[in-house]
Amino acid sequence: MGAFSFLINSSIGKKIIMGITGIFLVVFLAVHCFVNSLIFVNDGGELFNKAAEFMAHNILIRTMEIFLFLGLIIHALQGMNLTFKNMNARKVKYYKFNGNANSKWYSRSMGLLGTLLALFLILHLKHFWYVSRLTEEITSGEDTLFGEMKEVFANPIVVAAYIIGVISLTYHLLHGFQSAFQSLGLNHRKYTPFIKSLGFWYSIIISVLFAAMPLAVHFGWIK
Amino acid sequence: MSGNMNLTLKVWRQKSNKDKGNFEEFKVNDISPDMSFLEMFDVLNEQLISKGNEPIAFDHDCREGICGMCSMFINGRPHGPKEGITTCQLHMRSFADGDTIIVEPWRANAFPVIKDLVVDRSAFDRIVSAGGFVSVNTGNAQDGNAIPISKNDADIAFAAAACIGCGACVAACKNASAMLFVSAKINQLAHLPQGQPERMQRARAMVHQMDKEGFGACTNTGACSAECPKEISLVNIAAMNCEFVKANVVDSHE
Ligand code: HEM
Ligand code: SF4
Ligand code: FES
Repeated sequence: MGAFSFLINSSIGKKIIMGITGIFLVVFLAVHCFVNSLIFVNDGGELFNKAAEFMAHNILIRTMEIFLFLGLIIHALQGMNLTFKNMNARKVKYYKFNGNANSKWYSRSMGLLGTLLALFLILHLKHFWYVSRLTEEITSGEDTLFGEMKEVFANPIVVAAYIIGVISLTYHLLHGFQSAFQSLGLNHRKYTPFIKSLGFWYSIIISVLFAAMPLAVHFGWIK
Repeated sequence: MSGNMNLTLKVWRQKSNKDKGNFEEFKVNDISPDMSFLEMFDVLNEQLISKGNEPIAFDHDCREGICGMCSMFINGRPHGPKEGITTCQLHMRSFADGDTIIVEPWRANAFPVIKDLVVDRSAFDRIVSAGGFVSVNTGNAQDGNAIPISKNDADIAFAAAACIGCGACVAACKNASAMLFVSAKINQLAHLPQGQPERMQRARAMVHQMDKEGFGACTNTGACSAECPKEISLVNIAAMNCEFVKANVVDSHE
């Protein structure tokens, strides 16, 4: 076996892939969250629509979009693969297993949280990506992305689904952010405390902003 | 001094690797709080023997926290409710009179049960034989400071070398991952001069053997380090990941 395939197929190599794709998704999410937060300017979605327009037509952004989908798919498939492999490493389970004594529940539930995220993403892509990229609805000027938001979030069940998606994201990131650095081999007395608190605040701030979007639109806090 | 204790034990019994196994319940009375957990098992086994029953098989050797044999999964945790100790260092005063205590063997595909609470940990031996050694004869111990090693490196190597191969990390991990053990064994040599020539080859061989034995992959829950009697740090796993990537990307090999 060549050195590269040996690396990629090893348990550590798989973790490295999780870490790299994970950090890539974290960076994307920061940009996504920033752009969407423009709705809070409360100008009837004018600035946000402009930004969305720019994102839809910029060649660099559209190219990154391909990598984003690739990264997400690799991350999700590898995540599922690892989760099943890990579940199988202990075929006879413990009668009593006190995991809470030594680790956080969400660190032990990354596969479940990731699956919830994947389900949420299907819904989310259908609501916005499909409509803005694969239909003429927005490019034709018939509707704006902000208008689409108002339509989608009018439904309280959709708002509830988005909140569940965001909560899954919070916990996935609460473990995942710092875990990615550990997987990539960065654990240092000097930097790790900083990475951990950065990861904590990143997870909280991103989640609060994302949760506020459907709520604010639904309840008409922003017009 | 507090009074003696009466306890109920639910212990895993399994005749052999082929047997399905089940829990058996025992009462032990008049247990001194100053006894170790293993001494309490000795009392129980004496009872069983005097009644003509089969004693419970469990691993133990040094009974002072250095051999790593005393694998018992007690009330849902390896080596019981305390941190930084092995089962032989666990005192009965950590339990209350009237408690029911559940005792299971380590559970992992890579650690098959041999009998009752005894598991086969030779997977660890095979990982060490794959690369956890230095092939050249380094002679007698050198005079102090003859080979300068920085304090930092010496400390890291020493802390990693404290691993006693008990397998509590695997037992505690939801993925039955052996990464804490393997990383300690890799890292202890990676920081010392005699470990340098075979450094890359060692990382490849040991990780490869670890995967072959059927241990799970790490998800950084930290359960291993929290339950490790020698408190081996997660820093070792991060260092091993670097070491392994370097060994495959930078180092040229066949
Ligand atoms: C399609 C949905 C997703 C699934 C199925 C999924 C699944 C997983 C799984 C199973 C892990 C492994 C847990 C571990 O090794 O500790 C993981 C780790 C991670 N995920 Fe996700 N995830 C998804 C989406 C995301 C998203 C959208 C992000 C970021 C915004 C993300 C960020 C991370 C990070 C940073 C890690 C840590 C990587 C590491 O430990 O090396 N994931 N994910
Ligand atoms: S790392 Fe700790 S828990 Fe794992 S085998 Fe070594 S001493 Fe035991
Ligand atoms: S019997 Fe040796 S460590 Fe417990």
